[in-house]
Amino acid sequence: MSRSLISGLALGALATPALAAGPIEAGTMQATNWTAIIIFAAFVLLTLGITAWAAGRTKTTKDFYAAGGGISGFQNGLAIAGDYMSAASFLGITALVYSGGFYGLIYSIGFLVGWPIIMFLMAEPLRNLGRFTFADVASYRLGATPIRAMAATGTLVTVAFYLIAQMVGAGQLIELLFGLQYAYAVVIVGVLMIIYVTFGGMIATTWVQVIKACLLLGGSTVISLLVLAQFGFDFNALLAKAIEVHSKHDAIMLPGPAVANPINAFSLGMALMFGTAGLPHILMRFFTVADAKEARKSVFWATTFIGYFYILTFIIGFGAIVLVLPNGIYHDGGDITKGLLGGGNMPAIHLAHAVGGDLMKGFIAAVAFATILAVVSGLTLSGASAVSHDLYASVIRHGRVDEGSEVMVSRVTTLILGAVAIILGIAFQKVNVAFMVGLAFAVAASANFPVLLLSMLWKGLTTRGAVIGGFVGLVSAVVLTIFSPSIWVAVLGFDKSGAWFPYVSPAIFTMPLAFACCWVFSITDKSAQAARERAAFEAQYVRGQTGIGIDAAASH
Amino acid sequence: MDDNMLARIKDDPNYQALVKERSAFGWTLAILMLVLYYGFIAFVAFDPAIFGVKVSGMVTVGILVGVSLIAISILLTGIYVVRANSRYDSLTRAIVAKATGAAR
Repeated sequence: MSRSLISGLALGALATPALAAGPIEAGTMQATNWTAIIIFAAFVLLTLGITAWAAGRTKTTKDFYAAGGGISGFQNGLAIAGDYMSAASFLGITALVYSGGFYGLIYSIGFLVGWPIIMFLMAEPLRNLGRFTFADVASYRLGATPIRAMAATGTLVTVAFYLIAQMVGAGQLIELLFGLQYAYAVVIVGVLMIIYVTFGGMIATTWVQVIKACLLLGGSTVISLLVLAQFGFDFNALLAKAIEVHSKHDAIMLPGPAVANPINAFSLGMALMFGTAGLPHILMRFFTVADAKEARKSVFWATTFIGYFYILTFIIGFGAIVLVLPNGIYHDGGDITKGLLGGGNMPAIHLAHAVGGDLMKGFIAAVAFATILAVVSGLTLSGASAVSHDLYASVIRHGRVDEGSEVMVSRVTTLILGAVAIILGIAFQKVNVAFMVGLAFAVAASANFPVLLLSMLWKGLTTRGAVIGGFVGLVSAVVLTIFSPSIWVAVLGFDKSGAWFPYVSPAIFTMPLAFACCWVFSITDKSAQAARERAAFEAQYVRGQTGIGIDAAASH
Repeated sequence: MDDNMLARIKDDPNYQALVKERSAFGWTLAILMLVLYYGFIAFVAFDPAIFGVKVSGMVTVGILVGVSLIAISILLTGIYVVRANSRYDSLTRAIVAKATGAAR
């Protein structure tokens, strides 16, 4: 445990909730777990059946990208929650609570508070202006070619970092839990994901998310109840015992040293809150519902499920402190002063065993695998849409393209992205990829979010301002992350003196910088095109507010 | 949407009421959320010891504040949905009916 904790703190706060590669030590592969394999096989069969059914209903671009716009608000809320509650959240945040107590709750809150902001400022114009990708919204009145090129770049960078982190995490988790070779595990995830997305498009991806969200919420609820039952449903008794057995004692109720620096605390807070509002695979889900009313319901249900889930992760983390930490059978060599079997991300899995035996552990392991599978499917679909809908159909073909070939390009892109994900997953096996989810959030908050928000709310934004602001946000977020200790020292192995950016997240600098560039390069833009773009804002605003002019969303 | 229709919608008192009320309400809730969250972060940064103070039994200020923030996030989105689905949707329907009806 100490090793994962130290590497977590050294990596910086943002890095840890990703399915950390480092903390899962190699060479502790476990015996084949048949319960987990059978439950997972049942999940795969069910979802492949759904994919076959969805394939018959996926004909147009609207079916492929947006499930025909026919998903209800409640279903979509579950699917958004499914997209958002990755295995990184489940295993990573419970592991953070296990090692740092209250520190883990700071993440949970940061991951949740972006949702109300999305609801109050973005949900309605987003649904009323967009069709398939958030670039549709940003380019509504601005120059389509440069804006889509910029938005697609932001999307692909975000998706790539997120995807690699999930693939590496998947490989290591499955190697440990199922006793499967790492490379096989990565290939299985990649191939299943390609099948879901290529054949079933958004319809299959949505249902995979819905099923997975129900499994994850159900499984977490059962573990939490079993933990509380051991204490006669007395939360105080659980906390008292946790403080007693944890080496930090009362300090587990404090935020901890990693966020003691105010710049770290605020930068992390900004990346978590506004990154959520710029994640392309999340934004894409706003177009799978019929209208703004259903979009609002989606956000409400998503917020409810995600908030509930994070409260459960807190109980599970404290349960693990009490039931896993002092129990030798869950530690290397049976020694409770040594690390956990399987590494620092395993508290939730061991806790499942502690309260429900092999059956529960197998169930939770299968749910974790299903979770990764669902999240990578959503990510890949979003990356494929950026390539086929934004780059191919708009930038290359200038909109002169029929639906059949656009969907074909999307399917081919899915295949390529899947293959790339498998290759990168194997290539990065030994690299600590924990920083990548943090980087994805920082890029989303610094490049995608400012351009999207300003395009909907600020009349003065011009193409020049949006493109320069977006790229400045993107490049600065990536560069500052590279020169931070978590990559420069921990991943690239260079000397500490070269890591001139000392903070855990660049968002506090790069997000305001992106907004400032959007503003400066818009107000100084005196071109005729800029004047036309400002004049076109009124019509866009009216449509964003009322939905007038939107094509009928439900499939007929 | 042609310029005529645009001008008509903008003159519609229902539209003016919708835009004014919704943006005021949305920004009020958003600012409330930002103040609460960054207030929380400010305590994390500048006075972390406060989170360890016990309120009742073993339950600390930190747990209470954390769970409250999660509950408030859910509550505020719920309040927005209720208001939007009644007041704003009926205004929107009236605007759309008038605009598209007059266009025919």
